Amino acid sequence: MRMNEHPDDNSPAIVVEGLVNKFGDFAVHEGLDLIVRRGEILGVVGGSGTGKSVLMRSIIGLQQPEAGRITVLGRNLCGEDAETDLVVRERWGVLFQGGALFSTLTVGENVEVPLKQFYPELDSDFRAEIARYKVMLTGLPESAVQKYPNELSGGMKKRAGLARALALDPELLFLDEPTAGLDPIGAAKFDRLTRELKETLGLTVFLITHDLDTLYEICDRVAVIAEKKIIAVGTIPELVATGHPWIEEYFNGPRGRSAHAAQAREGGTA
Amino acid sequence: MQSGAQHLLEDGGADGGRLVLSGELTLPVIAPLERDLKALAGPVASVDLAGVEEIDTVGAWVVCRFAREHNSEITGASPAAQRLLAAMHEIDAGGDTHPHRLPVWERVPTKLGEHVFNARGGVYGVVGFFGQIILGAGSLLRHPSRFPLKALVHQMELVGVSALPIIGLMSFLIGIVIAQQGSVQLEQFGAEALTVNLVGRITLRELGVLMTAIMVAGRSGSAFAAQIGTMKLTEEIDAMRTIGISPIEVLVIPRILAATFMMILLGFYAAMMAIIGGAVVGQFALGIPFFTFLVRIQEVVPVHDLWVGLIKAPVFGLIVALAGCFHGMQVHGNSEEVGRRTTMAVVSAIFAVIVLDAFFAVFFTEIGWG
Repeated sequence: MRMNEHPDDNSPAIVVEGLVNKFGDFAVHEGLDLIVRRGEILGVVGGSGTGKSVLMRSIIGLQQPEAGRITVLGRNLCGEDAETDLVVRERWGVLFQGGALFSTLTVGENVEVPLKQFYPELDSDFRAEIARYKVMLTGLPESAVQKYPNELSGGMKKRAGLARALALDPELLFLDEPTAGLDPIGAAKFDRLTRELKETLGLTVFLITHDLDTLYEICDRVAVIAEKKIIAVGTIPELVATGHPWIEEYFNGPRGRSAHAAQAREGGTA
Repeated sequence: MQSGAQHLLEDGGADGGRLVLSGELTLPVIAPLERDLKALAGPVASVDLAGVEEIDTVGAWVVCRFAREHNSEITGASPAAQRLLAAMHEIDAGGDTHPHRLPVWERVPTKLGEHVFNARGGVYGVVGFFGQIILGAGSLLRHPSRFPLKALVHQMELVGVSALPIIGLMSFLIGIVIAQQGSVQLEQFGAEALTVNLVGRITLRELGVLMTAIMVAGRSGSAFAAQIGTMKLTEEIDAMRTIGISPIEVLVIPRILAATFMMILLGFYAAMMAIIGGAVVGQFALGIPFFTFLVRIQEVVPVHDLWVGLIKAPVFGLIVALAGCFHGMQVHGNSEEVGRRTTMAVVSAIFAVIVLDAFFAVFFTEIGWG
């Protein structure tokens, strides 16, 4: 059904053209352009306060841009009615930085919320079952399903948030700093999980991160936000080749080099 | 093309049939198939997926679960479907996502027991909280330079100055109502002139302070509980403790002092506004000139009525602020708790104020300030 609705499946998943975002007089984005291809993991990097999260919020419709055009999965999200908005919303999942779980619901019930919202005709038992396996799919133990968010650790909250984002089997996944605050083992597992989900489910992933390991490990392309625009998009070697001083510093700093070395080591043994 | 999922059971002899699935096995259309498969009886040796056009994790889950329950083999899956099935196969989930619920005959006594136990905990908590405040006050007395003067002034503004318009309006209207209703009744005895006594005494002794306390509980007691509760949720209180700042000293004590002190001024102000309201009624409805009404107030209201009000006011302020801060500090867990504790703060504060007011009424009459 999905394929019939969207015959142009090779069109980009997200197209952002000429985006302008302002808070008062302060412009966060000025004429920002970005294309996310279908089936790729696009990493978005940039210094703190350069508007990575604002870009994500604009794409998912939480922030009304001053100007510009945003097309997600072939639908223009600027200035259309709320109904078409809902059709797109069903096809994406969002993981917020802190997980943004509903604190009065258990993890399982959190995952059930989007299912209930979009498919009220499902049996409640079946819905609970779906929620349960989604939670376990993200690597949480079965006991976590009945826990409340305040009983979970930070890393578990992220996984639970991911389970909710995946509830509707979305085509497009937005992750806002998924590995921030996780221990290195947990972060590596989360990276592997993202990659695995992308490959099994054919997801397109829009990933905001500061984690250089994540960038090297799982991102197909990386977009760099600076000077209120996307200054470059490409694989990491392509980015480094542009010779932009900020990019240079980002990837060739001590952390960037060690992440690169780690990837080289892993690549050698694999 | 047919939409949705189709299934067909082919008979396959003694070791079971072959289930052929086709169409789409995706979340939007899976519900009927899931129900049918649950109802399907009889041995099924294999599940054929060759005709499946599209499958997502939910479809894979349903197939996988069915295969597991019937011990059947999955055949004809596309590479993508195989991948999904493999991912689903590792997961063994079956139970319920909802919290476990006891039957009603167990739940009611359990809840009752919990309430009794919590009531004990609540008493301990209040006493402990009061002790913490006394300790905090003691340490502030020893280190006066640590006194949070800015916070105190800020709270005094929020509790007192910003409440002036609403409390003024409320008291003014109450004064009007008392004078107007009172005069109607007193007229029957030809004692309209006593309206002055009625308005003066009841507002100074009782209503001015009582209504103000209720208003402050609703305005500021709830704000204290919600502010401190939210700060607890966002771990700001914990952050303060680790820096060595006592939340009692910087959050609770300024609020309690501000509410206690401002209640005296607000209670007095409320009584004055009510008397002015009464005087307005006197001027226009009773034929008592405005200033004559005020002069009569001085003559007929004993000074101890003023003291009664002024003594009660700080006690009520203290109770309102204590309830607000105590319930705020008790918040833990989730955002629902903030709302619950805020409600409890206001309700318990108003309840305590009214009970204490009754005790005060008896007490002051007994000592001859009737």
